[in-house]
Amino acid sequence: MNRLNKLFSTKKDNLLSIYYTAGYPELNTTLDIAEALEKAGVDFLEVGFPYSDPVADGPTIQHSSEKALENGMTLNLLFEQLADLRKRVTIPILLMGYANPMIQYGVERFCKKAAEVGVDGVIVPDLPMYEYETLYAGYFKTYGLSNIFLVTPQTSEDRIRKIDELSNSFIYLLSSSSITGGNLQLSVNIEDYYKRIKAMQLTNPAIIGFGISDNKSFSKACEYAAGAIVGSAFVKLLGTEGYLEKIEGFVKGIRP
Amino acid sequence: MKYGVNEQGYYGDFGGAYIPEMLYPNVEELRQQYLNIINGDEFKAEFNQLLKDYVGRPSPLYHAKRYSEKYGANIFFKREDLNHTGSHKINNAIGQILLAKRLGKKRIIAETGAGQHGVATATVCALMGIECVVYMGEIDMARQAPNVSRMKMLGATVVPAVSGSKTLKDATNEALRDWIGNPVDTHYIIGSVVGPYPYPDMVARFQSVISFETKKQLLEHTGNETPQYVMACVGGGSNAMGMFYHFLDDEQVKLVAVEAAGKGVDSGHSAATTFLGKEGVLHGSRTILMQTDDGQVVEPYSISAGLDYPGIGPQHAHLYKINRAQYVSVTDDEALQAGLLCSQLEGIIPAIETAHALAQLEKMKFDKADNVVICISGRGDKDLDTYIKYFGF
Repeated sequence: MNRLNKLFSTKKDNLLSIYYTAGYPELNTTLDIAEALEKAGVDFLEVGFPYSDPVADGPTIQHSSEKALENGMTLNLLFEQLADLRKRVTIPILLMGYANPMIQYGVERFCKKAAEVGVDGVIVPDLPMYEYETLYAGYFKTYGLSNIFLVTPQTSEDRIRKIDELSNSFIYLLSSSSITGGNLQLSVNIEDYYKRIKAMQLTNPAIIGFGISDNKSFSKACEYAAGAIVGSAFVKLLGTEGYLEKIEGFVKGIRP
Repeated sequence: MKYGVNEQGYYGDFGGAYIPEMLYPNVEELRQQYLNIINGDEFKAEFNQLLKDYVGRPSPLYHAKRYSEKYGANIFFKREDLNHTGSHKINNAIGQILLAKRLGKKRIIAETGAGQHGVATATVCALMGIECVVYMGEIDMARQAPNVSRMKMLGATVVPAVSGSKTLKDATNEALRDWIGNPVDTHYIIGSVVGPYPYPDMVARFQSVISFETKKQLLEHTGNETPQYVMACVGGGSNAMGMFYHFLDDEQVKLVAVEAAGKGVDSGHSAATTFLGKEGVLHGSRTILMQTDDGQVVEPYSISAGLDYPGIGPQHAHLYKINRAQYVSVTDDEALQAGLLCSQLEGIIPAIETAHALAQLEKMKFDKADNVVICISGRGDKDLDTYIKYFGF
């Protein structure tokens, strides 16, 4: 049982997770940001490893990835930075990024290294279920890492059931079929979608992401799911002067 | 087919559909329906009719006598440059627009590098009265301004891709992002044998008309439908796959794919993917791509915008790995010289992409009796500025 499983077994609602891109805006503040987020009360973190061609991301996270790569961020360096992770941060941590950097690093090596530094799970949006199951699931299991799958309003019920079966911590529910950084659309359709998921009584809790940017959208998401993830809105904050000092206020603004 | 795609969308180790969940329903809809649709009698009849009456097919197989003399073999040109819109790209665009219509799609998106695929897509959208949005790197829009105007004249909206390196790979990213946001009403017409399964197979099938015709034409010319060599240039690889398709299972046919070496394979300014690339994932498929040790995609370079792509289609990656086809590369200089030679020996100004395939002839050793087919994938009108600058006419 990793830290994520423990968290979800003890806390069932109002969970807040924050995403940020490692290496942005500065190369070496990955752990400083993590520490500040834990201090501000965030329940778990998603640390992005940057990629040159992030097709699922909107302009904000694209920009942060580009800048992080310019700053010199690599998976090697990120794992070096995370060597002290568990001396400074106790909340669960996920790594989030695209398949190619992970495949180049070597998926088994990646899983081993992630487990060594105290990472609890991985989100790779462009790693499909079939490839995960047939090629990589064994490594995730060996090293005790959770793999997180995405579900959109267009995902069929059969497929959601299959995803629920393959998951062992939570399911990442997209607020709409969109790239990151949009606005949460509170249309009737979306409410129906959340209700539909809730009615399925899945084994894994759902966390809503994409389009969560303030207290209003966070609260709305928490009506239907165990919690929500804020990404682009936080990455925007990181682009401002004195960002480390502003983190606590930002988090309190989302979840007072 | 021995070298065809399997049920999971793989060619050996390559292919698949590495896409985020947001794209899954779109791609799955295509996967479930494409074969039923394109193998239907009514679809085939409409496709073939348009290829004949609108595109001008069959494209001629021309026995290039002065080339044959120079290179000591029977050299045949498969004239895709004579198609409507000036390249092979229209074959695939026609196929996909007919498919999109049958899927009930109301809007078409496409990516383009040099603009040939963008023009072909804008053309078929005009023909069918369907809205068309073409993504094109901001830098490519500047280098290929006449094609931007062509697309606009045909009624398409051209959207500059301003992310990343602002070229073809970024235009592809932007098109994928558009598709994520418009999952129901939009079809994405990918221009090459790249992308998630079923695109590589679907595009190859639409382009396979090239080799289908070649076999019959070769039989008429030589009394034998089987050549010794088949050659084509490769960026993503759609003209090459169309040219190879019906020869793949015939192991005695030697297949030669020519990549763009740019300023030289080791110059740091190259697009010779099989020489410089490693296995990885790009634009939805596992293939060979140019990348750093950290898995970041490297921006390629070639004087030819159509070959300036960091990956190759997954079927090419497979043919390369198992040595069914030979992958070679020629430089900018060699290609431009070959373009000039073809103009002056045969009266055909080829696209610079095509000129890469022609340049490879210099390095081949043929027997006098060899029949060699080379795909003239596009015409050189769009490249006149580049030729003029280089030769100083």
